Amino acid sequence: MTQKLVVIGAGMASGRVLEHLFEAGADYDVTLFNAEPRGNYNRIMLSPVLSGDKTYEEIVTHDHAWYAAHGVACRFSEHVVKIDRDRKIVVGENGEVAYDKLLIATGSAPFIIPVAGKDLPGVISYRDLDDANAMIGAAAMGGSAVVIGGGLLGLEAAAGLKNRGMDVTVIHLMGHLMERQLDPSAGYLLQRELEQRGIKVHCKGATKAILGHDRAEAVLLEDGTVYPADLVVMAVGIRPETRLAVDAHLEVARGIVVSDQMVTSDPDVLAVGECVEHDGQLFGLVAPLYDQAKVVARTLQAEPAAFRPVQTATKLKVTGCDLFSAGDFAEAEGREDIVFRDPARGLYKRLVIERDRLIGAVMYGDTADGNWFFGLIKDGTEIEAMRETLIFGPAYQGGAAMDPTAAVAALPADAEICGCNGVCKGRIVEAITGGATTLDAVRAQTKASGSCGTCTGLVEQVLAVTLGDDFVMPAAKPVCACTELTHEDVRRMIKSQELKSMAAVMQELGWKTSCGCHVCRPALNFYLLADWPLDYQDDPQSRFVNERKHANIQKDGTFSVVPRMWGGLTNPRELRAIADAAEKYNVPTVKVTGGQRIDLLGVRGEDLPAIWADLNRAGLVSGHAYSKGLRTVKTCVGTDHCRFGTQDSTGLGVKLEKALWGSWTPHKVKLAVSGCPRNCAEATCKDVGIVCVDSGYQIGVGGAAGMDVKETERLADVKTEEEAIALTIAFVQLYRENAKYLDRPYKFIAKVGLDWVKARVVDDVANRAALIERFQLSQSVYQKDPWAEHVETERARYVPLANLMLEAAE
Amino acid sequence: MTTWIDIGSLEDIPQRGARVVKTAMGCVAVFRTARDEVFALSDRCPHKGGPLSEGIVHGKSVTCPLHNWVFSLETGQAQGADEGLVPTYPARVEGSRILLDATQLARRSAA
Repeated sequence: MTQKLVVIGAGMASGRVLEHLFEAGADYDVTLFNAEPRGNYNRIMLSPVLSGDKTYEEIVTHDHAWYAAHGVACRFSEHVVKIDRDRKIVVGENGEVAYDKLLIATGSAPFIIPVAGKDLPGVISYRDLDDANAMIGAAAMGGSAVVIGGGLLGLEAAAGLKNRGMDVTVIHLMGHLMERQLDPSAGYLLQRELEQRGIKVHCKGATKAILGHDRAEAVLLEDGTVYPADLVVMAVGIRPETRLAVDAHLEVARGIVVSDQMVTSDPDVLAVGECVEHDGQLFGLVAPLYDQAKVVARTLQAEPAAFRPVQTATKLKVTGCDLFSAGDFAEAEGREDIVFRDPARGLYKRLVIERDRLIGAVMYGDTADGNWFFGLIKDGTEIEAMRETLIFGPAYQGGAAMDPTAAVAALPADAEICGCNGVCKGRIVEAITGGATTLDAVRAQTKASGSCGTCTGLVEQVLAVTLGDDFVMPAAKPVCACTELTHEDVRRMIKSQELKSMAAVMQELGWKTSCGCHVCRPALNFYLLADWPLDYQDDPQSRFVNERKHANIQKDGTFSVVPRMWGGLTNPRELRAIADAAEKYNVPTVKVTGGQRIDLLGVRGEDLPAIWADLNRAGLVSGHAYSKGLRTVKTCVGTDHCRFGTQDSTGLGVKLEKALWGSWTPHKVKLAVSGCPRNCAEATCKDVGIVCVDSGYQIGVGGAAGMDVKETERLADVKTEEEAIALTIAFVQLYRENAKYLDRPYKFIAKVGLDWVKARVVDDVANRAALIERFQLSQSVYQKDPWAEHVETERARYVPLANLMLEAAE
Repeated sequence: MTTWIDIGSLEDIPQRGARVVKTAMGCVAVFRTARDEVFALSDRCPHKGGPLSEGIVHGKSVTCPLHNWVFSLETGQAQGADEGLVPTYPARVEGSRILLDATQLARRSAA
């Protein structure tokens, strides 16, 4: 006998239930209530509709013809008033319907934060097509929009509105975006990406009120900030829509409580989707809802089935943001991280491992391997054997089946690569052979990976397959053969795991050699002393000879000696001492350097302590002309003598040199101060170059005049000498704390971006002060003349251990 | 015949470091590894004559400070793609004293 099934709610979950039922030929008369004036559509694709990439017609899952074909009595635009379980009747606005089985699929309702002004016109939530259409309508008028909530939905709304030409600000209560799916690093990259596209992001922002008279005009935050808003979108979260179930006295906790068979506390009433609570858990992503739908369909056919929630992964569909998260990635005891970063490409990948199993993954920028990692998490695969290359994905794990490039190569020409734009492999290959040899070019010509971007990795692989060796897939470069880790990984882990000795680094980070090599040890030595100036003991044996012997080794094994001349200033007394030393130690060459110092070339190693002692007596100290540290501050004569000078450039140069000397840095650091824009000190090609002008000081950073020639970029213009010194010190410390060993500042800036530097050194005054404080702490340890120290304590090391020639002569 | 002569204390050389001993045939670099093994090699890189005693010592290898050639302290053989051989000399530690074979050095100086 045909039974009567009533379904309340035409969403994706109940839609899937009906599909299963009809496919199985189940004997039901179906009545479908929906408050919306339409049937089932793909809600996940609302964001592409909002951004204009798709139309409503394209995302309809079940149209009128489908419902008609399956004999579904559609009661759309009709609210259900109540469920009468005693009479087994659903009461709609337009009349009653009897049921044998009832399926509640009421979904969820947006959570509206209870602030003043929440009911003003212009304040909307983001749940259904009507909301999307309301936003599209509002965006057509232009103006400003504020999205409250920096989760998945809020960001999609923000991106869509921005796409439609509005000024968009996202207010997010937490410290970083999408905190449930992302860790702070990935959240930061996402924020940067959105900001680069002109979306303002305000984290740690608590909404106090929505202001406006007849309609929303602005949003006021607890901290007093006011953002103008013609449109306010609330996307702070959802809660299960349970009102009908509560009124019907079904068991409801946060959601409608269901058994494994998706049956509520009434055996004839089932529930599915976002309105249910199963085993204390709520569901918002589509994959588990589809699993539930399968179970509901089987239960309705009196077949055994049980819903078992599985882990889910998230991919964010904000055009161009390639983002993936799965599993649990909170830091906890017993968990380890594997992290890969490439700041220049904006890549970030983090794997969380617990007891040799992958339990979480967060990826930003390249998520091609996301599903593979997700598989490892779901299956609980032991990863010990592939741990070292795990983060590089399946391509590095060997075995033909796992090689994604081979898999892509095997795809037929009509295989769809980009689902958003319907681009197949053949079309991409055609573009590549036609000359589009980069991702950008392929994107421009075919639109492949141009929408949601999740297929970027696939497109890259098509490029690799088609171009062969001509396409260079960017890869992570480890520090050296002793480790698989990159410099960035190592620096991060030294900080995060508080590794304070070289042994600790090598042990904890799994060095493959017993004591490193000539490549990694100098880098580690620097990272450790820069991060832990008070705890770490500098290791001279991990330094290149120049820094161990405080002189520059020459091709014949002799050394050069360069005393410091503050700001390039000297005097007759110093010059006499230098002349005397040159004569006394038979120095063959005396030369003026490019940094305004005097170089004594050709000093024998064993004479070094003696010549230093002589120079020390005249008040001369090491010029560090050999170190990865502050070299020189070059100056012009400034206002003292020059008729064009605008400020005391020489004096500022001396002050900077006095502040910075003795500090170790990732590579050498050279400064200059010019007294006017004629720039006689050539400040605009230095690591930090200051050009004095009438109104103050122009501070430039990231210049170069070596293998690369580069003009400085402007860090800031300041009015006073004190500010110029403070910004310089803060910049140097930022560079010390974050740069890769042997990267000059211009390379460091190219990787992190000048804006990142400015935000920390110029804009964030508290952070600037903290940087300066940490620099001073380090200087309290390292600002000592190494020449005087070595004369005092290390003298013996500079002479031969033994002289067998003397014994032979006896 | 072997004549061991005492050239100094182990403590005179830093771990993962070297000191030079002057001989009639030129300087000999005496290396001490992280595990207190001692090796003696000619202090001259076969590439461009760099002073190996100034190089960074890692494992049982040293990297020349001039152009980063790496040599085995045990065999004197250049590692990796580079080709070259540094003369080695017998050396051992007795107690805390470092001993070199004088006959070896003498024979070479006599040759």
